[in-house]
Amino acid sequence: MTRHDRRVVITGLGTVNPLGADVESTWAAARQGVSGVGPITAFDASNTVTKIAAEVDDFDPLDYLEKKEARRLDRYTQFFIAASSQALADAGLDYRGDDEAAIGVGSIVGAGLGGMHSFIEGLDTLRERGPSRVNPLTITKLIPNMAAGYASIEFNLQGPTNCTVTACAASANAIGDAAEMIRRGIVDVMVAGGSEAVIVEFAVAAFNSSKALSTRNDEPTRASRPFDAGRDGFVMGEGAATLILEDREHALARGATIYAEVSGYGMSSDAYHVTLPRPGGAGQKRAMEMAVKDAGLAGSDIDYINAHGTSTQANDRTETAAIKLALGEEAAGNVAISSTKSMTGHLLGGAGALEALLCVLAIRDGVAPPTINYDDPDPDCDLDYVPNVARPMPIRHAMSNSFGFGGHNVALIFSAPDA
Amino acid sequence: MERAEIESKFTELLVSELGLDEEKINPDARFEEDLEVDSLGVVELLMALEDEFDVTIPDEEAENLTTVREAIELVVAKLG
Repeated sequence: MTRHDRRVVITGLGTVNPLGADVESTWAAARQGVSGVGPITAFDASNTVTKIAAEVDDFDPLDYLEKKEARRLDRYTQFFIAASSQALADAGLDYRGDDEAAIGVGSIVGAGLGGMHSFIEGLDTLRERGPSRVNPLTITKLIPNMAAGYASIEFNLQGPTNCTVTACAASANAIGDAAEMIRRGIVDVMVAGGSEAVIVEFAVAAFNSSKALSTRNDEPTRASRPFDAGRDGFVMGEGAATLILEDREHALARGATIYAEVSGYGMSSDAYHVTLPRPGGAGQKRAMEMAVKDAGLAGSDIDYINAHGTSTQANDRTETAAIKLALGEEAAGNVAISSTKSMTGHLLGGAGALEALLCVLAIRDGVAPPTINYDDPDPDCDLDYVPNVARPMPIRHAMSNSFGFGGHNVALIFSAPDA
Repeated sequence: MERAEIESKFTELLVSELGLDEEKINPDARFEEDLEVDSLGVVELLMALEDEFDVTIPDEEAENLTTVREAIELVVAKLG
């Protein structure tokens, strides 16, 4: 079977993120324009410049894992196991005890930084108590591929597995690469997604030093304001999202519910700077163009874009320019764009997966989620950002952008099942 | 330290440090076969024992530990 004969669809969703501990509560909050940002409780933030983040509240790993397992996993892997458990159940798939079927199922999972809680804990032990006291599980907890590895162990996924580590584009790459595995005919089902849990003092301090974070500490829920003139940096989030990708014929044959199709995948490199996007957006534009072409569409076919929209000055200005280049001025003027990071904060390596999930729900229900905290227009950001209030509208094709430090640009396109 | 106290603290460590089910823990229980404690878990346990009882357990002495009783005996011997 040749490439593109096989179409890839989404048949299961799961998530744990600052807006909710499951898909429907997350989507309800996103439609209502709820902010998940608040004062940092994960550590004593009195010494860091930024004192706010979008934390996952009330997460109990024991809802998904035995105590013995949970204590061997970093928070970021626990998040991913929770999201994947939901997604597999949603898809009606369970490979535990079925080794024959399990070899046809793989997993690709993105993470930006990996198990930083465990890394810091291990380093603290080393400094305070010496090398002989460093926990033997430190390495397996901190490596960024353990979400992929442990998902395979927990859910008996014995097919191809990989970990994408392209910073804030990581889980968009995971979904795109997983779709490619199905398109190539290697497997019928892939567990794809991403996770991040790095709300630790060290990471906040480091992002503060690079001037990337918002310091609007006195107004946490107003701090993440993508495309608004008063934006002053991103707000760190945490969480995970999982999408079950499946060969369309395979899904139809078993009568699965199809949410949407993964129709396009594009990526490019800025080849420019470690943190800054290439000015003018030429690099980001090429990723979007490639995705549109891959989907067999024209730029004007895109109804909704879930923007990378970090709420940094540089990203939002550049992404706006790139959308105009990729779609053309007229189509760019017509497309509904929102940054759900205004509500969820920035999940870094988990962002692409969560935003893909929100695109899928936007298609399902015909609702574009809003960009909240959009008050003052920026002359450099002059497109339709679905300000503050969700918009009911038919969405056949949705694009999700994800850009990572190092210059990684990824665009994914999701289409309605009958589009 | 009384032996009973050592045994009770030992059980506490198995529960708190390795997340084991207290009901499964008895002197004859084997770490690998009965309690499903793998090699990484044994290292964790030894480190916890050293901290809790303020003893040093060299790797070569730890290598032959199979059951809960053997580990307790080792600690008792160390505490002399």
